[in-house]
Amino acid sequence: MSEVAAPAHAVGHGHDALHHHAAQQHHFESLDQQHEASTLGMWFFLVQEVMFFGGLFTAYMVYRIWYPEAWAEGSRELDILLGGINTVVLIGSSLTMALAVRSAQVGSNKGAFRWTMLTMILGLTFLVIKFFEYEHKFELNHVPGANFVFEGPHANQVEIFLSLYFAMTGLHALHMIIGFGILAWVAWLAHNERFSREWSTPVEMTGLYWHFVDIVWIFLFPLLYLVDRAGQLG
Amino acid sequence: MTTQPTTTYLNVTHGLASWLLTKDHKRIGLLYLVVVSIAFALGGVFAGLIRLELLTPPGDMVTSDLYNRIFTMHGVAMVFFVLIPAVPAILGNFVLPLQLGAKDVAFPKLNLLSWYIFVIGFIFTAFAMVMGGVDTGWTFYTPYSTTASNSNVMAAGVGVFITGFSSILTGVNFMVTIHRMRAPGLTWFRLPLFVWALYATSLVQILGTPVVAITVLMVAMERGLGLGIFDPTLGGDPVLFQHLFWFYSHPAVYIMILPPMGAISECIACFSRKTVFGYSFVAFSSLSIAVFGFLVWAHHMFVAGISPYSAMVFSFLTFAVAIPSAVKTFNWTATLYRGAIWFKAPMMYVYGFLGLFLIGGLTGLFLASLGTDVHIHDTYFVVAHFHYIMVGGAIMGYLAGLHFWWPKMTGRMYSDGLAKVGAALIFIGFNLTFFPQFILGYMGMPRRYHMYPPEWEMLNVLSTGGAGILGIGYLLAVGALLWSLKYGAVAGDNPWHATGLEWTTQSPPLPENFVETPIVTEPAYNYAHREIKVV
Repeated sequence: MSEVAAPAHAVGHGHDALHHHAAQQHHFESLDQQHEASTLGMWFFLVQEVMFFGGLFTAYMVYRIWYPEAWAEGSRELDILLGGINTVVLIGSSLTMALAVRSAQVGSNKGAFRWTMLTMILGLTFLVIKFFEYEHKFELNHVPGANFVFEGPHANQVEIFLSLYFAMTGLHALHMIIGFGILAWVAWLAHNERFSREWSTPVEMTGLYWHFVDIVWIFLFPLLYLVDRAGQLG
Repeated sequence: MTTQPTTTYLNVTHGLASWLLTKDHKRIGLLYLVVVSIAFALGGVFAGLIRLELLTPPGDMVTSDLYNRIFTMHGVAMVFFVLIPAVPAILGNFVLPLQLGAKDVAFPKLNLLSWYIFVIGFIFTAFAMVMGGVDTGWTFYTPYSTTASNSNVMAAGVGVFITGFSSILTGVNFMVTIHRMRAPGLTWFRLPLFVWALYATSLVQILGTPVVAITVLMVAMERGLGLGIFDPTLGGDPVLFQHLFWFYSHPAVYIMILPPMGAISECIACFSRKTVFGYSFVAFSSLSIAVFGFLVWAHHMFVAGISPYSAMVFSFLTFAVAIPSAVKTFNWTATLYRGAIWFKAPMMYVYGFLGLFLIGGLTGLFLASLGTDVHIHDTYFVVAHFHYIMVGGAIMGYLAGLHFWWPKMTGRMYSDGLAKVGAALIFIGFNLTFFPQFILGYMGMPRRYHMYPPEWEMLNVLSTGGAGILGIGYLLAVGALLWSLKYGAVAGDNPWHATGLEWTTQSPPLPENFVETPIVTEPAYNYAHREIKVV
């Protein structure tokens, strides 16, 4: 036990408190160990996320093999322009997220704050566009359920396609909304100048999560919007 | 005469808030113990009702509809709220950081959050029970669960979904803890086998549980929002649900059985005063069970109309998964050979486990064979088989571990004699309950009916009588443990003279486990170089 009084901001139980970073939790031996644990934990968490979405992707794959015509019909109902814009917006938000991580790593709280806010703005743009896409589907009665109406030879199977569309994009949007909460927390930490060259773990972990959500969309966009679209893009 | 240490994790702070907001892995383990015990009691009551109904051939106690709800609630409570969390969340939480020489798990706050998620899931499910229960069976098969059932499928499904994330987060937490929190010198091949078992379990938890979560969510979306993913009237496939469901729910069996197997390894080494025979084989068999376990799910669906070619592959792989299980069983038995066997209560449970797991495992091969499975599918043979694994294996292993670490957890020693009587009653009652069910199933008695022809009455009466003895055995075991809290002798730091870092600290341990971080210099189970001091 160290006899030296711990600095006021130190978290922990006193031993060697002078050498400990404020962010270090007392059950870790060092900030490095804590950082490695967080990174590994985040990756394991993302593995479970892959499996979580994997169930839906499996259902998608099975039905797409069984009902290729219905998949083509359903896919043509989706707005390729709005979907395309959203793809660009989301990739852009991954860039701003990466820049936020970079800023925090070099100790610029101001930069981390700005890039995080910009990431949130781009994410919000995505969700607003998504909202209008959904709204349009409601207007056309293309939402699966009792009121579902669809003109076409494979209306029933198109309902399965649209069910998966809503389930997959809906869960993706839910992940983005959760991401907002985390980004807001990161922005608040940056605003309070909490990051430094020694410690920027929360921004890095948020970055991993945000990129994951982004990658899910990178798969969703072609699988949902681009089935049998070759003729239309000319 | 040893005395209780003055400062322990139990008395360092006081009051309800100090427990409900604790980040100490040991207290969180006890919090799980409370909730899991409540769920076990609930599930046990449902089991009792099932056996009472089946005491007589006609369905005279409850209606068939109520009977459906009773066995469903028995399954849901026991699978999701007892068997899956029992060993990892209670014993794992308590013991893992101690065995690693760590102050806590890697993410203590996440650990507490997992408990709250677990409790919220349990509340949803309990709500479903109070509102009249669910009648789909614990498997929630579509299209019954999505279109026909008018019971509380949503509440129970949401409860299972939420609870799944408790399991996933515990898995993430344990894996990171094992990777990053080991004491200096504690290399992978010096780890206690309980740690290997928890690692393999965590792997299944993070790879499998999310799949059942999304599957149950799809059922909920189909039921609640009108989506049509498994709806056969649209061209959806109910068998797809079965594939997705069993992709998790078969590996879930290994979530239930692997950690108790780890506890068995600890006990068998300690009470034979020998290192576990073939340590690395036992360690790797845990991992290979976890991996192979993911490749056998369709053996639940041999009669669901799947392709005979895929059925043959799944049958073969199911036989293959018996190999690592057999490796474990042989190695445990070889550990006993020429050991200095110390016959204490945990060892009673070990012997019980070995016998029951063997029967459960071998009867599994009857079900893995395509031909015999057609005959005994959905009969009491299946019920008997999986109870031999889940109760005879998992619960016996859990009780072995609980009796083994109880003095470390509480600082008190229970009455060994009373605990042994409890163990014996459980063993006898269990066999009496479930062995007749093998015969009933082979004769063709289907599961999930509340009546049966009179010629099966005798075997059913035996089974119900056995359930009574089993219940008394559990009450006696619990009674012996609770009695020790107040009247038990002070246990001392290491009442079993066991190896392992958890026994080097005081009982009950300090809030942060060790006075200083231990340094490990020897392999696990180094009993050969340890004096035997039998008390």
